[in-house]
Amino acid sequence: MQLSKDQRLWIYDQMITSRYLEEDLIQIYLEGKQPVFDWAAGPLPGEMHLSYGQEAVGPGLAICLDNTKDWVHAGHRPHHVAIAHGVHFNEMVAELLGKKTGLCKGKGGHMHLYDARVKFAASSIIGEQMPAAVGMAMQCKMEKTGGIAVSVTGDGGANQGSFHEALNFAAIQKLPYVAVIEDNNWAISMSKAESTAVARNSDRGSAYGIPGEYVKGNDPEKIMVACQKAVDRARNGGGPSIVEIETYRFMGHFFPDPGAYIPQEEKDSWTDCTVEYRKHLLEQGVVKEAELDALEKTVKDKIATAVKFARESDFSPNSEIYTQVFTDA
Amino acid sequence: MSNSRTLTLGRAVREAVHHEFKVNPKVFMMGQDIFKMGGVFGTAEGLGELYGPERVIDTPISETAIVGAAAGAAMAGMRPIVDFAYVDFIAVCFNAIVNYAAKTHYMSGGQYKMPMVLLLSTGGGYSNGAQHSQSLHGTLAHFPGAKVVCPTNAYDAKGMMHTALRGDDFVIFMSSIATVGMMMLGTPIKGTLSNVPEEPYEIPFGVARIYREGTDITLVGTGVNIHQCMEVAEILEKEGVSCEVIDPRTLVPLDREAIFKSVKKTGRLVVADEDYHSYGVTGEIITSVVEIDPTVLKSAPKRVACADVPIPFARPMEEECLPSTKRILAAAREALK
Repeated sequence: MQLSKDQRLWIYDQMITSRYLEEDLIQIYLEGKQPVFDWAAGPLPGEMHLSYGQEAVGPGLAICLDNTKDWVHAGHRPHHVAIAHGVHFNEMVAELLGKKTGLCKGKGGHMHLYDARVKFAASSIIGEQMPAAVGMAMQCKMEKTGGIAVSVTGDGGANQGSFHEALNFAAIQKLPYVAVIEDNNWAISMSKAESTAVARNSDRGSAYGIPGEYVKGNDPEKIMVACQKAVDRARNGGGPSIVEIETYRFMGHFFPDPGAYIPQEEKDSWTDCTVEYRKHLLEQGVVKEAELDALEKTVKDKIATAVKFARESDFSPNSEIYTQVFTDA
Repeated sequence: MSNSRTLTLGRAVREAVHHEFKVNPKVFMMGQDIFKMGGVFGTAEGLGELYGPERVIDTPISETAIVGAAAGAAMAGMRPIVDFAYVDFIAVCFNAIVNYAAKTHYMSGGQYKMPMVLLLSTGGGYSNGAQHSQSLHGTLAHFPGAKVVCPTNAYDAKGMMHTALRGDDFVIFMSSIATVGMMMLGTPIKGTLSNVPEEPYEIPFGVARIYREGTDITLVGTGVNIHQCMEVAEILEKEGVSCEVIDPRTLVPLDREAIFKSVKKTGRLVVADEDYHSYGVTGEIITSVVEIDPTVLKSAPKRVACADVPIPFARPMEEECLPSTKRILAAAREALK
């Protein structure tokens, strides 16, 4: 797939939107949480699972999809995936701050981001995204929408029962489904080698008679190539497949987990996909430095606008806690 | 002009499902053994031949995947029915039910609806052992986000299934096996059989059914136990005691008003439910009265439920555990003192 300059800039845009947003989120998160760290304190409460370092996966996947018909279901580390799939940005940031202008009126928060307008969902129980996405794939098949469904799970989640059940069922039913596994090698403090009986989750495809591909290097264009194969296969009635993507979790499991359990040599081996891709675009002569500077400024402004919008919005009134338990109350 | 026939509860549910299948292409069913066998409890009988394996989907033994997939399909606009067989198995896929299906509409701020029906069979009384005899009404009613409905007769069952399949909410539809009228349990209980109109109709959730009006004592029952309450009412009538017998029909939403109104009138309350005694429906119903006004009661309220034990296999031991007409009668006599 030959990418145009605009597509490449789009890829970079998605990655730095996630990265710059999270750099701001770190500052906002710490407000009210110093000197005593308290999850409940400050304008951005709760746990915070940063995508920092994993940004390449967002656009690498999303560029293969059409959010008017393709479903994406992410997990507790959703920002980069949500942004690239086209989730409404200001409303997403407002949701992170729990405001009524947020995607979910403040009812979901960071680990439960939803945007039905672009067929996006993210929820926090590890592995539950897989059966749900399989169900979305069922709808695509039953109603012949031409769409597919993709779940994004981690290397830790690949050991959940739901992984195995979802893949087996999707394989038997030959559903238009892609199981993306983000392999950042760590499930909180447990490395993949400690938790997983096989070297790669992409190898587990053979347990279900489906293909699995492993993508090394955390490069959005390499990720795109692998995802495109899986997406095309799903869309053309070939059934499900696994795409496992090597990536790097820079900021620990949740902020501010220092990831002390990660060996220093491993940390030293990580590459920063935003830096690498920027270098790559310049080296390939795709774009000039000045254009990248301009894009980066635009993105920073976009984030500032979203953060301002979120901060200035109100919370939903407390009476709202009783609404939307059901559709009729 | 309405054409009525007497149906079993199971047959009435099936009729509603067949109708909704016919008129709404978004309705489909998934579960174990439904396509060829019509389901372990016959809920899908005839459906497979009419609609094929694409809409009546036999699934592997993968409750987590099946319930999760039904939820995802519902979010995408379909209307799945999960034929789940025994309620005991909810423990296998508890997350998919209580954390995923029940919470997604709320967590998404209303963006994603969850129009799915989880069809469960409950109850014991036929020596199927601790892991195949539970009722678990309280467990499921406890988690916000699911409507929990438990019809006890054919007429209610059909109407409530129509309501469930036409609504946009996650509905857990629980039928006590002893009330379904399937052939594995002998002769159907008379009280479960109803004259059922052929045409579809809806029964709103949150409205109790007064099985029998009375003035001296309120008997509230779920599942098979409502029919035992009716037997108790017959016995006590001969002794000059007038029982009011109420079936809540739905646990979520629960018609607390109707129950309170009745106890205000009678002053005495017995609640019979086959789920475990502690932390369940009986406690909830009693508290629903007492927290409004404890002075309406002339005597201590009584609950008749399953003993707080894993249900044993041997017939006499299981009978000892479960509510029965005899136990409800004894409780009523206590409450009437």
